[in-house]
Amino acid sequence: MSGPNNEYDPVQVTPLGAAEVEAMRDDALAAIAAASDLDALKHVRTEHAGDRSPLGLANREIGALPPAARKEVGARVGQARGAVNQAIAARQAELDTEAEERMLAEETVDVTLPWDRTPRGARHPITTGSERIADVFVAMGWEVAEGPLVEAEWLNFDALNLGPNHPARTMQDTFWTEPAENAIVLRTHTSPVQARTMLTREPPIYVVCPGRVFRTDEYDATHSPMFHQVEGLVVDEGITMAQLKGSLDHFAQAMFGEGIVTRFRPSYFPFTEPSAEVDLVCFVCRGQQPTMASCRTCRGEGWIEWGGCGVVNPRVLTACGVDASKYTGFAFGMGIDRTLMFRHGIADLRSFFEGDVRFTTAFGSEI
Amino acid sequence: MRAPVSWIREYVDLPDDVTTEALAARLTALGLKLEAIEHSGAGITGPLVIGRVLTLEPEPQKNGKTINWCSVDVGSANGTGEPQGIVCGAHNFAVGDLVVVVLPGGVLPGNFEISERKTYGHLSAGMICSAKELGLGDDHSGIIVLPAEAGAPGDDAFDYLHLRDDVIEFEINPDRAYALSLRGVAREAALAYDAPFRDPALRETPTPNDTGYPVVVDAPDGCPVFAARTVSGFNPAAPTPRWLARRVQLAGMRPISLAVDVTNYVMLELGQPIHGYDRDQLSGPIAVRRATDGESLTTLDGVVRTLSAEDLLITDDSGPIGLAGVMGGARTELSGTTTTILIEAAHFDPVTIFRAERRHKLPSEASKRFERGVDPTLPAVAAQRVAELLVEFGGGTIEPGFTLVGAAPPSRSVTAAVDLPARVTGMPIPASTTVAHLEAVGCSVSVEGETLTAAVPPWRPDLNDPFDLVEEVARIVGYEDIPSILPPAPAGRGLSRTQRLRRRIGHALAGVGYVEVINFPFVGKASFDALGLAEDDVLRRTVRIANPLSAEEPEYTTTLLPNLLRTAARNLSRGARGVALFETATVAFPSGAAAPILPVDRRPTDDELATLLAAVPDQPLFLGVVLAGERELPGWWGPGRDATWADAIEAVRTLGAELGVEVRVRTAERMPWHPGRCAQLFIGDKEFGHAGELHPKVCAAFGLPKRAAAAEIDLDFLMAAAPDVAPAPEFSTYPVAKEDVALIVADDVLAESVAETLREGAGELCEAVRLFDVYAGEQIGAGRKSLAFALRFRAPDRTLTESETAEARDAAVALAAVRHGAIQRA
Ligand SMILES: [Zn+2]
Repeated sequence: MSGPNNEYDPVQVTPLGAAEVEAMRDDALAAIAAASDLDALKHVRTEHAGDRSPLGLANREIGALPPAARKEVGARVGQARGAVNQAIAARQAELDTEAEERMLAEETVDVTLPWDRTPRGARHPITTGSERIADVFVAMGWEVAEGPLVEAEWLNFDALNLGPNHPARTMQDTFWTEPAENAIVLRTHTSPVQARTMLTREPPIYVVCPGRVFRTDEYDATHSPMFHQVEGLVVDEGITMAQLKGSLDHFAQAMFGEGIVTRFRPSYFPFTEPSAEVDLVCFVCRGQQPTMASCRTCRGEGWIEWGGCGVVNPRVLTACGVDASKYTGFAFGMGIDRTLMFRHGIADLRSFFEGDVRFTTAFGSEI
Repeated sequence: MRAPVSWIREYVDLPDDVTTEALAARLTALGLKLEAIEHSGAGITGPLVIGRVLTLEPEPQKNGKTINWCSVDVGSANGTGEPQGIVCGAHNFAVGDLVVVVLPGGVLPGNFEISERKTYGHLSAGMICSAKELGLGDDHSGIIVLPAEAGAPGDDAFDYLHLRDDVIEFEINPDRAYALSLRGVAREAALAYDAPFRDPALRETPTPNDTGYPVVVDAPDGCPVFAARTVSGFNPAAPTPRWLARRVQLAGMRPISLAVDVTNYVMLELGQPIHGYDRDQLSGPIAVRRATDGESLTTLDGVVRTLSAEDLLITDDSGPIGLAGVMGGARTELSGTTTTILIEAAHFDPVTIFRAERRHKLPSEASKRFERGVDPTLPAVAAQRVAELLVEFGGGTIEPGFTLVGAAPPSRSVTAAVDLPARVTGMPIPASTTVAHLEAVGCSVSVEGETLTAAVPPWRPDLNDPFDLVEEVARIVGYEDIPSILPPAPAGRGLSRTQRLRRRIGHALAGVGYVEVINFPFVGKASFDALGLAEDDVLRRTVRIANPLSAEEPEYTTTLLPNLLRTAARNLSRGARGVALFETATVAFPSGAAAPILPVDRRPTDDELATLLAAVPDQPLFLGVVLAGERELPGWWGPGRDATWADAIEAVRTLGAELGVEVRVRTAERMPWHPGRCAQLFIGDKEFGHAGELHPKVCAAFGLPKRAAAAEIDLDFLMAAAPDVAPAPEFSTYPVAKEDVALIVADDVLAESVAETLREGAGELCEAVRLFDVYAGEQIGAGRKSLAFALRFRAPDRTLTESETAEARDAAVALAAVRHGAIQRA
């Protein structure tokens, strides 16, 4: 076909009648619907919507029509072309989606394949357990105090009302360093940190001291020459045993859940007077029958021995430079290893120190 | 302390319905901690009766043993009244003896059920019992032969043998020495139930005189009181009454002989240790004095002990005859022929006894009591009590002479504010309660205004301070009544910076696959030898432990590596394919200085404190890392990868990045690392550790696979270097220009230094230099290597032109040529 025909040619008008245009459109729509893939649709686009398609040719002819006919025919052809283009676009979208779905289906993998290229790491439960305990107290406004493991004898004993001939020194079988006259020991408790804190800070003092300690215990399932303690120390005006109890009840609940409370029994520690041993309501059976009778965690007692506590002996305050007539204090201490053992059902204390990665990784990086 | 409940009840009228469990719980609430309850005899059920042996026929057996076929009259206990036929293997009895018979249907301890059974050709219907079989002691040498007055055949034997009794075992705290006696335990039981208490120490005692055995005390500080009485005409063969032996046994001591059992009985009853001498073996007066260095004494356990000048001795003209309060001497001890007994009941200084007991490693029932403090008013009473019991059961007479040297110190008083118990405990304790409770524990209390004065009873040497009185009041009010109130802590500052950084370091290493371990800090010479450290290596200067658990590991470590490597090897030996471990712990370097023992009645001066703290060994926090075996596992993605020197260095670089610190690396030679694969780690120009591959000898020494790698750094130093406040970076958003260069250099030129040169040569436009390939091979030539770097350029204010980029690159290459002889590869 030639270029636009500006001459009026009535003969050629005939094919652009309504029926003809509709037929062209319907042919095109049928072909579009029949296009089964993107290639076929491309072909249909050329055949039915291209410049040389019947509708394309018809569009060209519009210019050659007499002005009176142009408007009507133009609208008719334009509508037909619009419908065809729309149908092509819709079919294109359909086919695109189909093609993408097919491709994605082909790319399916077995997602159960392992990707354990680099074995996982973990922090030690003693570390994470100590941090968790510290956080309970930090949340109450306390601070975390620390001190050296190899410690001056005076700070480990004398300053804490454990004089050289105090019978309690025999209870704490101490690792002494050479030569003995240097008076340096491996600390037997975290209490020297309390002494250091009082010697270097003014009350009010609210500190918690988690850390490593040493005793000359043989190494077995429940004893170790090295283990971990957490101690708390509060020195302020008007401090009472009631506040000690409140702090320990809060600690117990934070670690073992709502409703877990403590019980005090009179005891003896040189650095506290009055002194008490602290028991914890068994967090498994909660001291309630019938489960208590067969409870393995508390061995049917309903209570678990947790640690010791008391009112800081005024002699200790004096040795550490705190005005005992103005301030009172309380202190407590628990075994971290032991706490974790009953909290997690760890049967053998040695598990903590053997370094078997299967033990440590089981606890992940948080407790 | 083991307290038979029947014995407690002898001194206190407890309600009949109080169970042993309830009593133990109440005493525990008062401060006597329950260890265990023993229902003695509960494992035995009858019929257990007295029997008379009617006939006894010895029958030798093929196995060489002789058994006795007996018929025993058990009255009507067997239901028939006929003699009971019983086979018995013991030989310490005869026809006519009274014995203890358990009949079929009875049960002995260990759930041992007795029934008729065929044995040695007879039908044996029961068993004639030994003391051990009934849980009455260790004696298994023969069966129990009862005295004629024990009873008639068929009588129940339970009561006669005192078989059934409950025993409460307490753990006695050092401040409650008085509870190491039935007197003390019963006093607490009376307190627990507000029941009347009969003090067994309140008894008539004759007035001492000067006709007793002569005693001279030369060391009254060590021995303030010494009482002595003599019993003569004593029958050493007299048996101990069954009830007394049984009480001594239930209290945990072994019955031995009447004389010894009585001294132990009185010690258990009153808490006053007693020593008995065979007076016929004494020569001249008894003198109590300190030893002279080098003197020696054979104690009654047969050991020759060399004495020190601090030891307190009991002596006679022949020399030392006892280590006072700890153990008597062998020569003068009570024996099976002793007929004249000198009874010593003395009060000894707790510190003297404590030190002697520790020095000679001789803990005894006596020293345990003396070192904690015995009631000093007891000696005369106790001596009299022993003498009376000896005469009652062993005959003879108490000689009228009654020696008493010294006297108990006068009563002490403690003064306290009346409201102190209320203020300290947080319980509303009225003054009247305070006074009543102090009186209940034996104090005489007077109140004047707001102050009370408590005269302390002689059995409570532990009551010295106002707060000691608070505990007495509080435990009787009851610790269970203490309210639970949170203290009002001031606003805290949270974790310290290093506490936060330490957590971050742990998380970072765990995040890249390291597992944290905790090792003991104990090492020995072998540990350092295995690391290949030179004899004069600074790490061998350790803090030495005087009493190590293992003689092989008497040192506190200066490096985390030996025990860390051992732990790695343990994991591999347990089947791990690869292991990546880390540990953070302090190590200790000796200060060499002595820490003073400062006074405790005041705060140390700042100078004293500084001296003290300076003597404490320097204990930096170290980090150790070890890798061995597979670092990456093989899988469907491809092959695995073994750990290398580079992993160890990267672990430290990871922490540097985590803390915002640039970690620099230099070549180093340092055991235990491979001399060609060891990096010295720097921050600025300060070294803070090493990392790399372990020396093959070290791998072998620790049982690690070849190529195992390790790092150790001073973590305190790394944390201190971390910037407090990280400044925000500035970066350009103009397009990046990339240039790759490959440089051929000699083998020994370090990649790190070439990279630094390129950075410097490329100038300010250079944003990054990254090594992406190392190649050595024929094309390059021997002794040389090719390093390929990716350079990135960017200007802050414009898009760079090609020529600008090329110029910067050429400048970088040119400087590398000058500095390192680098040739650009075509
Ligand atoms: Zn339970």
